[in-house]
Parts: sequence; structure tokens; C-alpha cells
Amino acid sequence: MRREVPQKLTDYGPLIFPAFMLLMFFVVPFSTMIAVSFFKRNPAGFYTPDFVFDNYARFISPFFGGVLTFSLGLAITVALLAVTIAFPFTYLLTRSTRATQTVWLVVLLSILSLSEVIIGFAWSTMLSRTAGITNALVALGLMSEPQALLPGFGAVLTGMVYQALPYTILVLYPALVRVDPTLMEAARTLGASPVRAFFNVLVPSLRNTIVATLIMVFVFALGSYLLPQILGRPSHWTLSVLITDQAIYQSNMPFAAAMAVFLVLISLALVGLTLLVGGRKEDA
Amino acid sequence: MMARFFKIAFMALVALFLSGPFLTVAGVSVNEKQSLVFPPEGFSLSWYGQLFTDPAWRAALVHSLLLASGAAALALAIAFPLSWFLWRRGAPWAKIFLVLCAAPFLLPPVLPGLGVLALWATVGAYGQSWTAVISHAIFFVTLPLVTLSLGFASIDRSLVEAASTMGANDRTVMRTIVLPLILPYLVSGYAFAFVLSLNEYIVAYMTVGFTMETLPIKVFNALRYGYTPTMAAAAVLFVTVAALVFGLIARFGNIRRLLGAMSSEAS
Repeated sequence: MRREVPQKLTDYGPLIFPAFMLLMFFVVPFSTMIAVSFFKRNPAGFYTPDFVFDNYARFISPFFGGVLTFSLGLAITVALLAVTIAFPFTYLLTRSTRATQTVWLVVLLSILSLSEVIIGFAWSTMLSRTAGITNALVALGLMSEPQALLPGFGAVLTGMVYQALPYTILVLYPALVRVDPTLMEAARTLGASPVRAFFNVLVPSLRNTIVATLIMVFVFALGSYLLPQILGRPSHWTLSVLITDQAIYQSNMPFAAAMAVFLVLISLALVGLTLLVGGRKEDA
Repeated sequence: MMARFFKIAFMALVALFLSGPFLTVAGVSVNEKQSLVFPPEGFSLSWYGQLFTDPAWRAALVHSLLLASGAAALALAIAFPLSWFLWRRGAPWAKIFLVLCAAPFLLPPVLPGLGVLALWATVGAYGQSWTAVISHAIFFVTLPLVTLSLGFASIDRSLVEAASTMGANDRTVMRTIVLPLILPYLVSGYAFAFVLSLNEYIVAYMTVGFTMETLPIKVFNALRYGYTPTMAAAAVLFVTVAALVFGLIARFGNIRRLLGAMSSEAS
């Protein structure tokens, strides 16, 4: 059976409900958010319609600049660490038996689906003084007494890499599973060690996949809003935390919306920039 | 030999990193007294009991289950006709819907969260429990859409052609060929959306955070007033449910195909 081009108006029937839902509850809210970012704050309610740039003007401050730099730096660090661990891991995974792969995929999906609340709670227990990993180190005689490893930057980074790792592996998996096995075999026959073949043949052949994955993990890490609150100090708060805080606790929807629009623009700009750079490399 | 040792060591290290926090939490959850110590002192499953007997925890559990089952059903109701249309009709422009479905899921979650908060506040429905169901359905609609698209792609078109030449109309084809073949993908799409909705925090918080506690919201609120082993029990429950659902999908379906290992064979 060929796909038929819709001819009668009724052929479009199945689209009515999905289109309505997506327009009504994604396109409209998103547009509302953009509109609200130009509105004026109303301390009594949510906001009053207006057209002002005040909310955007507030960005020009050392505080906001600091938060923005920290958020972007943190997301980049998380993306680099996650891809560095996930790439060799996923490669090894795709070379395992089907049964092993299935078990791992179930584990990875389970962790990926977990709420940030649960991951934050689990890590804050893991890094605490009473129940944490330092107790194990004391038992092994490596430390004299248990201590708390949070709040701190290390804890935030660990938690976020933990959260991003299953995502990174599952994004890399389809690409790595399709790598032609003869590629690595050829490199080995020509005398390359496994490590050399990995870095000189596999990594360059998947350069575009790696760049695309870095971007996806970067955007994923930008979205982390609870881990910085649970595992870090207020100085480790990211843009996502600040947006939630302004929207809910400060009841300043217009400012929160302005920051959200800004976050979308930054994500899109970075994606565009990286694609541009990637495209140039391909030409050369 | 060396390479094999390195492979096992590296994968074991990742396994330790991924399981460590939850082994600790599982240990903490069986403490006898209300303290979070590891290794646990004494052994008691009473904290698991409290999840179901304590009115506040049970209410949160019920809210979460209702929200997740409703949202997953609605997500399926949006994704099914859409994926059927894309499979049945040659209308390349309709692919724009795939982008619209994926966008809420791929953007930082605070953005769709803020979007629906702005919408519900504007129309005056802020805090109503059904707003969370709709918001979650849109947020997770891409998951059943992906599984269903894979499912439709796996249907042998010659089956449909044979049925059509014998005089079957769209309705008969749907009932006798499409639905039976697509059923596993419907189930896994529902399961993906269900588990993720069960765990979702920010969109739920921004829509019904002040009027209704779901389980993740309850855990986060409880975090501020100090840690109890009940929270550890709740965390273990979440991990168990997720592992159970995905384990079942892997057992009865093909999880490697769902995650993209063999979609080249399908197309």
C-alpha cells in the first residue's frame, strides 16, 4: 500500500484532536510566556498587560551575569564529563552480548526516568556524614572520621553528571551500535592497538555524533533545577533555579518569563553556533 | 586479555557509580529508628508500611498514580491518531507535528513548566488538578509518538495492500491488522509516559504545587523539614517501579529496538 496524499477534507480528521491539543497547550502557553516577558509585574496578582523592556533590562547586572556564567560553565563541564565517560562505555556496551545490553538498557532507563528529587535525595544521603561514602572510607582505614561532602560544588557536579550519564549513553547508543565492526577490525589488522584504534579511527569517524551529543547533554544539564538546590549552596544556583524561584516564590512572572525566553535564545544560539563550526570543519 | 580486563573493570566502575546512591538509600530505608545511618541499625520495614498507611504519604501516592495514568492515556490519545495519519497519508508538512511534540520534552523542563503556569494563570484555572494531567500529557507526548512511529514502521505494507484488494476499508484494516500489530507499541508508549509522569516534578509543581501533593513534590517538601527513612522507602519504591516496568517491556518487547539499535531493519 502506498501512502496516499489526503484528498478529501475528512482525510485530515485524525489530525484535529492532536493539532488542537498541541496548539492549545504548547504553542499558546509558549507564546503567552513570551508575551508575559514584556508585561509589568503586579504584586497583587500575577501581572498586568503592558509592553515594557524592564524585565530584560534587569539582566544587565553583575549578579545576573554571575549566575549566567556559572550556569553555562556548569552545563558545559557536565556535558564534557558525561560524554567522556559515556562514549567509551557505550562502545563497550554495544560490543557486549544482547542479554547484557538488555539488562543495562533497563537499568539506564530506570535511572533516567527518576525524578531529580529522588536523585538529589539519594546523593545527599550518599554524601552525608551519617550514612555517606566517607563511612566506607573510614571502615577501610583510608579516613580517620566520617565527614559531610555537601553542600558544595563537587556535590552538585557529581549529582548532575550522574543524572546526565544515562541520557548521554542512550543518545550515543543508536549511533555506536551501527558502527561497522569491520572498521575497527581493519585498524587492528593494520597493527593499531585497541586504544589507538579507538582514538584514531572510532572517535574521528563519529565526530559529528559526539558534537551533537555534547549539545544535547548541554541543554539537558541547563534544565537541572533541583540538584543545585539540594546539593549546593545558593551560590551554586543556576538559571533554571532562579527562574523557578522568581516565578513561584517571588511571584514575579514577567521577570521569570524574560529569563526563560533568554534561556531558550541562548540554547538555540549555542546549537546554531556549534552546527556552523561543525559544518565548516566538514568542508575543510 | 588486558583489553577484556579493562572492559570489565570500566563497566563495573560505571555500575558502581550508578548503583551506589541507591544501595545506600536502600540500606538507610530499613533503619529501625528514625535516623538516616548507614550501615543501618536494626532492621525494619515499617517505613515502607508508612508510605501506604500514613494519610499524607498515601494521598501523595494516589495523586501521583491518578496523574500518571491519566496523563499517559491522554498522551496516547494525541499520539495515536497523529502517528496513524503520518503512516497512512503522504503529507510531509505534517512532520512539523513531530517537532511540536518533541520540543516540550527536549527543552529545559522549566520552560514548558513556566509556559503552562502562565497559561493556567491567565485563564484562571491555576491549581486545578486536571491542568496537571493535560500539562503532563503534552510534556510527555513525544514518548508514545516515538514508540508508535516505530510500531507503524514495522507493519508490513503488503499485509495492508492484500486486505485492501480484498475490499477491506480503513476501519477493517485498523481493526484486523493495525491494532493487533501495534498493540505492544501502544503498551510500551503508555508505560514510558506513565513512569516519567510518575517521577515528574517541575511541571506538576508549577501547575498544582500549592493545591495537591504528588509523590515527588511530597518528597521535596519533606526534604526541607529533615530527612526520614520514609523518604528513602519512597525512593526505593520509585526505582523498583521503573525497573519493573522497563524490565517487563524488555521481557515482552524488544527494548533494544525501541532504543534505536535496529530501526535500520524496520525502515
